[in-house]
Amino acid sequence: MHPFQYQRAESGDQAVAVVAKNPDAAFIAGGTSQVDLLKEGVHQPSLLVDVAGLPLRQITDFEGGVRIGANATNTEAAYYPAIQARYPAVSEALLAGASVQIRNMATMAGNPLQRTRCPYFRDLDQPCNKRTPGSGCAAIGGYNHVHALFGASAACVATHPSDLAVALSALDARVQTTGPRGSRTIAFPDLHRLPGTTPHLDTVLEHGELITSIDLPAFAGRSHYLKVRERASYAYALASCAVALEMDGAKIKRARIALGGVAHKPWRATPAEALLAGQQPTEKLFQAAAAAAFADAKPLEHNAYKIPMGRNLLVRALLETSGLQPLQGPAGTAFAASVGGMAGQVATPN
Amino acid sequence: MLTEATGQPLDRVDGRLKVMGGARYTAEWDLPGLAYGALATSAIAHGKVRTLDIKAAQQAPGVLAVLTYLNAPRLQPMPEKVGGTLFRGEGGITETLQPLQDATIAYAGQPLAVVVADTHEHARYAASLVRITYDEAKPELDRATASRQTLPEAFTGSKEEPLQVTVGDPRSALAAASVKLERVYESAITHHNPIEQLATIARWEKRNGADYLTVYDTTRGVDTLQEVISASLNLPKDNVHIICPFIGGAFGSKGWLYAPALLTAMAARVVGRPVKIELRRQDMFSTAGQRGATRQTLSLGATRDGKLTSLQHDTQAQTSMVSGYTEPCARVSRMMYAVPNLGFAHHLSHLNLPSPCPMRGPGETVGGWALECAIDELATELNIDPVELRLRNYADKNPETGKPFSSKHLRECYARGQELIGWAARNPKPRSMREGNSLIGYGVATTMYPAARREASARATIFADGHALVQSATHELGNGAYTIFRQISADALTLPVNNVRFELGDSALPKAPTTGGSATTATVGPAATAASEAVLSALKQLAARDAKSPLFGASEEAIEARDGRLVRKANAAQGETYAAILKRAKLPSISAEGTAKPGDEREQFSFYSFGAVFAKVRVDEASGSIRVAQLCAVYDVGRLMNPQTARSQFIGGMSMGLGATLMEATHYDARNGRAVVRNLADYHVPSMADTPDILVEALNIPDPHISALGARGIGEIGCVGTPAAITNAVFHATGQRLRSLPLTPDKLLKALAS
Repeated sequence: MHPFQYQRAESGDQAVAVVAKNPDAAFIAGGTSQVDLLKEGVHQPSLLVDVAGLPLRQITDFEGGVRIGANATNTEAAYYPAIQARYPAVSEALLAGASVQIRNMATMAGNPLQRTRCPYFRDLDQPCNKRTPGSGCAAIGGYNHVHALFGASAACVATHPSDLAVALSALDARVQTTGPRGSRTIAFPDLHRLPGTTPHLDTVLEHGELITSIDLPAFAGRSHYLKVRERASYAYALASCAVALEMDGAKIKRARIALGGVAHKPWRATPAEALLAGQQPTEKLFQAAAAAAFADAKPLEHNAYKIPMGRNLLVRALLETSGLQPLQGPAGTAFAASVGGMAGQVATPN
Repeated sequence: MLTEATGQPLDRVDGRLKVMGGARYTAEWDLPGLAYGALATSAIAHGKVRTLDIKAAQQAPGVLAVLTYLNAPRLQPMPEKVGGTLFRGEGGITETLQPLQDATIAYAGQPLAVVVADTHEHARYAASLVRITYDEAKPELDRATASRQTLPEAFTGSKEEPLQVTVGDPRSALAAASVKLERVYESAITHHNPIEQLATIARWEKRNGADYLTVYDTTRGVDTLQEVISASLNLPKDNVHIICPFIGGAFGSKGWLYAPALLTAMAARVVGRPVKIELRRQDMFSTAGQRGATRQTLSLGATRDGKLTSLQHDTQAQTSMVSGYTEPCARVSRMMYAVPNLGFAHHLSHLNLPSPCPMRGPGETVGGWALECAIDELATELNIDPVELRLRNYADKNPETGKPFSSKHLRECYARGQELIGWAARNPKPRSMREGNSLIGYGVATTMYPAARREASARATIFADGHALVQSATHELGNGAYTIFRQISADALTLPVNNVRFELGDSALPKAPTTGGSATTATVGPAATAASEAVLSALKQLAARDAKSPLFGASEEAIEARDGRLVRKANAAQGETYAAILKRAKLPSISAEGTAKPGDEREQFSFYSFGAVFAKVRVDEASGSIRVAQLCAVYDVGRLMNPQTARSQFIGGMSMGLGATLMEATHYDARNGRAVVRNLADYHVPSMADTPDILVEALNIPDPHISALGARGIGEIGCVGTPAAITNAVFHATGQRLRSLPLTPDKLLKALAS
């Protein structure tokens, strides 16, 4: 770990001012992901400004939706009644991620800002354009089992690891920020970037720009999150998807689909969304949508399995969200989200 | 009479200490003046160090010294053998590379410098400032094309563990067989990953002008480490003292790789202060040992009615450039089934990867997996029930040596296991059972473990307050050693179990071997008994010589111990307590040592534990996800010393076997040999959600030949067998044979697509 200065933020504005004027400064909140990166030397700030104590922890009803303070913990948001009832995809994504201990520390703004799990990013003795711009990409031609199918570049094939971000993208959440140039609202699907030639930039946030809340807009439909991983709990997604469906009688009025584990950002499956609009939900339709969603996938040497996995997952998510098939557990819980479920023959808890 | 303590489900005697944080683990010893070491390791897998720039590290805050091959103390070569175990050469157990002796690099992650500083943080930071350049050579990373391939003669040099064997004529018998099956099975590199990382604290002192070295280490071989360190540093053995009262899990690590301990001793020597080095989790993937990947070919010949006529098991194992360790994959094949023509071979490829070492069920876990999957494939081929096929080939004697088994009740294990899992109620047709989104499958495998026993010694002391202490240089690595040896000693001393303590983990105590090979109960248990009997004998003589004793004048044979008293056999009313004898003699305590070792029963019998493992799986075909819905096992392991700690050993082993089957794999970059998986987020071990309720039963039939205790070891048998039971259940569920561990979703999806 490189030596750094640490200070507690006095206010949002003060924190923004301090970080904005020091190019090597960074915010820290829950630290659940960031501290690992500090210890590995991947992240080497000279100054950490701790924003965890700022009064940004409230979750409130807001404009028919829910406003989630940036510092609300993942646990608090996951069990917030209005979120669990009306935006189950958010609770499912949160509860299917990490562990209780981590969720109790991790914040709602920090979770979508966690860095990639590409193993090369964390090994200082391997090239990585995301960590050290211009050093190259070791994952291309290396071990790329967990890497991207969509939107990758010759500089980076990393994926974004957050489950929560996938759900927020499908729900078109809005990110409120305050920064050196004032406050702004960012549509969640626009928060993260594709790698292009600058993969060291994960998001469109400017240096010193601080997320203050994440707003879930009013939504009267159904949402759902599904995740496949290599063990039943406490593992990053190999592939995941979030679906938000709004119905008009028996027909789909609007469908939004975000795919996780397949791109540098939650990947909105717009061709599939277009195909579903105005249609009667059927398994056949969903298969066509899944085929459309993955039509442009570009697999690497070790990740082609994600194409059938992702397609099958999307079909199931659509079937379960539309009610053509039952959820595998109560809505808004990890049991609904975890494909394969738990080992043993455990009765589904309420 | 006191109830016998052995056989009782006594709570772990160290459980409260562990839960309350009172058990002191190696990295927790706080020595005055302690300094901290951190490693700088090789970025490349093959080549030489060209330059080592340590200036920035030396000038960093708090730095006391930077050791490299240019300035580090010189070490003697690793000993050829220690305690009869082959260390060097093909089949040898350990890494022979002595750290920081020259510029040669054998694998990525090899320690190239140690930075010592006043704090842990200073040391780690300064280590990141060491700049190393290399003359890089192309690493050899492919078993098949490796330029250095050998045929090791024997595992660890043991005459009982030949690695190249032919009994009868397996090739001709296979050619002549009416049913032939040849299959290739592959297994990934896996790591032990105990929660406690490797750690060492070393402290040098002058005593009467001589150098003394005290080492706190996470070792499960205090005596072995004492020999390695004293030989490497050219010190008299008695001048090296190893201490390790608690180990936070080992699973095969912490026994046979010595670089971290030697580096710590060297660093402490250089800075003249005690030094601690605790490996980072990342380092555990390069300098703490691993199970190497294997490629195994099983060739079975059988009659139409399922009698095996030929069995050949060939293994391509891998090791590093600085070790001869060979995964002994035929350990199950060589003894499990009655087959007249039996052969096995082990080919070893030397690669620029970190050194392997034993890992729970070395050879048995992945070798038994391959064999038991092949047997299952044969059952399918012949359309015979997999249990029935195993019964048709039941071995009443060891097929390699012809010796009878000391005690074998495997038929009962199969029968009871079938009841527990509901074997008869399943539809035996593959791909015939379904629940919701999932395919359901049932699988079985036979399991075993060699019932080793070695020589060990112990000291027993009875105090004038009626308490007793028994000591031996064995280890507590979560196995329950403190508990069961207290039980065994209490019985031998006829004292209540709470009046007896057991001490271990110290090279100053009477000798015991490295804890491994599931041999500890059978090895140290009899030593504890022998020491207890020896001290009782001394006490009997003391009483018989004392005119004031009711036992005065009695011969030793006429006295027996009963409930903490010595009494005349002929008249139990004539006797007195141990305390009374000692008090009258004005002795605070009396001690004696005892040694126990196996005898010629080893020449007469073949010693193994057995078991049958049954699994029920759910397979989600759409995602390739496999979950174990039920896991049952019935074991024949001799007499249980403590059914509660035994159950923990069994279910712990089975959980580890479950991990090896479904998720555990360490990947190294195929271009540069660097570990790509090197943390516990990417290296998956089973979570609670992956682990079903595990049903375990043990027959609890004493082995009449292994020792008077009748107990065989149980540390590893749970890990063996479980992988094949699960893999065979996946076949029953899906109709797909997966022949590559672990069975991750990508592999199942690929198989289903083909």
